[in-house]
Amino acid sequence: MSFGSGAMTNSIREIKDCEVLFLIGCNPTEAHPVIALEMKKALKRGATFIVADPRKIWFAKHAKVYLQHKPGTDILLISAMMNVILSEGLEDKEFIKNRTEGFEEVRELVKDITPEKVAAEVGVNAADIREAARIYASQSEKTAIFYTLGITEHTCGTDNVRTLANLAMLTGHIGKPSTGVNPLRGQNNVQGACDMGTSCDKLPGYQSAYDPVIKEKFGKAWGVKLTETKGFSLPEMIDEADEGGLKAMYIMGQDPVMSEPDQHAVKRALGKLDLLIVQDIFLCETAKLAHVVLPGASFAEKDGTFTNSERRVQRVRKAIEPIGNCKPDWEIICEIAKRMDYPMNYASPKEILDEVASLSAHYAGINFERIEHMGIQWPCPDTSHPGTQFLHKGKFTRGLGKFFALPHRAPAEQTDEEYPLILSSGRTLYHYNVGTMTRRSESIAQKTNDCFVEINNIDAGRRGIINGEMVKIITRRGEVDARAEVSSKAKEGVIWMPMHFAEASVNKLTIAAFDNITQTAEYKVCSARLEKLAG
Amino acid sequence: MAKIAITINDKTIKVEEDSTILWAANTIGAQIPTLCHDFRLKPVGACRVCVVEVKGEERLVSSCATKVWAGMVVQTDTERVHNARKAVIELLLSNHPTDCMTCEVCGNCTLQDLAHKYDVRESRYYAKPTGGIKEDRNRAIQFDSSKCILCGRCVRICNEVQQDEAINFIGRGFDMTIGPAFNDSLLDSSCVLCGQCVSACPVGALVEKQAAGKARAWELEKVHTVCGYCGVGCNIFLNVKDDKVVKVTSEVGTVPNDGNLCIKGRFGKDMVHHPDRLKEPMIRKNGNLEEVTWDEAFDYIADKLQKIKDEDGPDSIGCIASSRCTNEEDYLMQKFARAVIGTNNIDECART
Ligand code: SF4
Ligand code: SF4
Repeated sequence: MSFGSGAMTNSIREIKDCEVLFLIGCNPTEAHPVIALEMKKALKRGATFIVADPRKIWFAKHAKVYLQHKPGTDILLISAMMNVILSEGLEDKEFIKNRTEGFEEVRELVKDITPEKVAAEVGVNAADIREAARIYASQSEKTAIFYTLGITEHTCGTDNVRTLANLAMLTGHIGKPSTGVNPLRGQNNVQGACDMGTSCDKLPGYQSAYDPVIKEKFGKAWGVKLTETKGFSLPEMIDEADEGGLKAMYIMGQDPVMSEPDQHAVKRALGKLDLLIVQDIFLCETAKLAHVVLPGASFAEKDGTFTNSERRVQRVRKAIEPIGNCKPDWEIICEIAKRMDYPMNYASPKEILDEVASLSAHYAGINFERIEHMGIQWPCPDTSHPGTQFLHKGKFTRGLGKFFALPHRAPAEQTDEEYPLILSSGRTLYHYNVGTMTRRSESIAQKTNDCFVEINNIDAGRRGIINGEMVKIITRRGEVDARAEVSSKAKEGVIWMPMHFAEASVNKLTIAAFDNITQTAEYKVCSARLEKLAG
Repeated sequence: MAKIAITINDKTIKVEEDSTILWAANTIGAQIPTLCHDFRLKPVGACRVCVVEVKGEERLVSSCATKVWAGMVVQTDTERVHNARKAVIELLLSNHPTDCMTCEVCGNCTLQDLAHKYDVRESRYYAKPTGGIKEDRNRAIQFDSSKCILCGRCVRICNEVQQDEAINFIGRGFDMTIGPAFNDSLLDSSCVLCGQCVSACPVGALVEKQAAGKARAWELEKVHTVCGYCGVGCNIFLNVKDDKVVKVTSEVGTVPNDGNLCIKGRFGKDMVHHPDRLKEPMIRKNGNLEEVTWDEAFDYIADKLQKIKDEDGPDSIGCIASSRCTNEEDYLMQKFARAVIGTNNIDECART
């Protein structure tokens, strides 16, 4: 990575002091409502907002510059901003010289990417790109970027992230209070799950699973010899299952049938497994296919920790006894391990966190006692360290910040005559992910409980679609019916659907095309067409 | 920020120069009552319950809205202050229902506490309260206009903090109340049902509808934990009675959310006790998932996994952790994959 860690570089409480906020591919009022409140405080104090999003989100209406760019053109847009910054001499030369490497390649790359040249392809005015670049580069010391899945859920997701990092380094807007690059994490413990080493190539604390020295350390702690073989990511596991190489899956608190793209193919693959174990709190769509279903406890029924978007490790506390005969997930794993002759003897989650701290430098100073009243932000290298409010002060985690020169790549699927619209998907304020939890709340479900598709007035007009009528959305992979929400919120040529509804799952439509590094699916772009329902 | 010296109740202290008297008094533990004040909001000094005496000032001043100055001398609890506060409370109670015994927030009501503290048993100006519980088809928030003291905290939090502009003061004089324009249902306004107005209300006018009638304030055990819905990681308090989560509250001053929550955090707790919750382990037999004992499920899994591991190798097994589970559970799941099964086939849903 460009800086050496993938997390919010700033803290939530620094947001209100930002003077310039560049929001790209994120919709805080819906996806991170309480972070949005901090941004609204900044707005009240006179902060300037630059918003780039294909949907006219709440902050777009309050932005100095709003760039309603086409999904999948982020790199072009940001490169054009860098072009302006360099051609007008707005870059931070000192910072580039002292703290970064690889700058020349980027200068070379963006030399010809002027706003005028890319405006049509990006779908915004060249003058607006210029203004955005000038505001971002020069106006203030306290300038921060915020992004989320609108940036990462592309086949070029990693490149998008690195290009944003380029922009921040070019201007030196990183490593200071209220100044940095901030991915807002979606689900409650995405940050923690990543920190814990739940990916095939990373052990806890982002330590390489393939480095012999590190493997040795973990092997010793765990009393086993760790494998040499490279592991599979979830999409790869699904492919392997389909081809017969993978025989069993043990899935905890996840619903790939709903959350992974191209639902039909996922179901087919999981159906071929000899053993599918699903551990969840509800009978989710994936559990319906399982050979064994294990009832897990909800967050209200167990002790432990979650790590939030700002890297703060916080206590989760048991408030009630597990419902029915369900058990906390950690107890279930320990019991299965024990019966496979690997003792996992932990009296409580406290001891598990102590083991994490002993193996991961980020968490080394964190334990239950220290976070009894308030969480601590990693990196926290020892038990007298107060935690880290913002990252990369004076020095990047990886030493020098690295510029990556990355050209624009088109999304995996292009629009054509048959499928002329871009379909993008995401979440709304009222539901959580695949909706299994929030749709079961009376107070919430009342707000929106049916699937809708946002359509621009012009696109709707052309097809004779009126607000509120049911329409059919068709892609090369499937079709779904949804209620039309016609407004100017969506960009012309782009339709948008929420991901929460099993009966009209948008992932029947999405494409199984992935970023080659993070294996993130391209939920933000595929090609579709709209039809009125017959009759 | 520069510090200045002021004297409160004969004690001289140094405070930051942009502090309010209320804030300064708080730092030395001098209790000043408030009603319309909420640290999340710009002070307005409207209710005049927080008045104090400042040397050299003829009138009593609202401590929440008055900044300190160097050499300021403040008395927070004189007889004059006491009488002024008592008069304010009497006036507020003059048309307030006296049904504390059945009120939802009895035991957790600022007005009730103040009436007790200042010994206001009955108001000299008693008039029959008007209004009552407003009919509104939303299932999250209940408004009782008869209990509303028009402090404006709900209106301000909705407009200042949420910036949703869903509710405001409506009507005039004795008919004044709060609500969406035209007094419609919240569902027909720009309201996002965050419940921030409920969290700001110092009396029983705005309450959580689903929790109404379920518990007295003193029966609730408040368990400090973290919201399970998004990466902001708001601190919440699960309010528990008889092993049931009755409602979710927040507290001003907690990091990172300072008492603020969104609809999911405040009202999404229903899923915990939902009848659809899985309660027993199940194994597929003859095509159907059938309930079994944990022992049977554990043995079945351990046998099958062991067999597949032996016959097809550890890399024919994949494990998926979860961004909804705790750190400890995710750590164990990857340890399970690597140490128990012996594979690097581990992933989670970080990408979504
Ligand atoms: S619930 Fe939120 S948006 Fe609705 S009126 Fe209350 S504060 Fe305003
Ligand atoms: S209360 Fe809302 S913003 Fe806060 S963590 Fe929960 S879902 Fe996120």
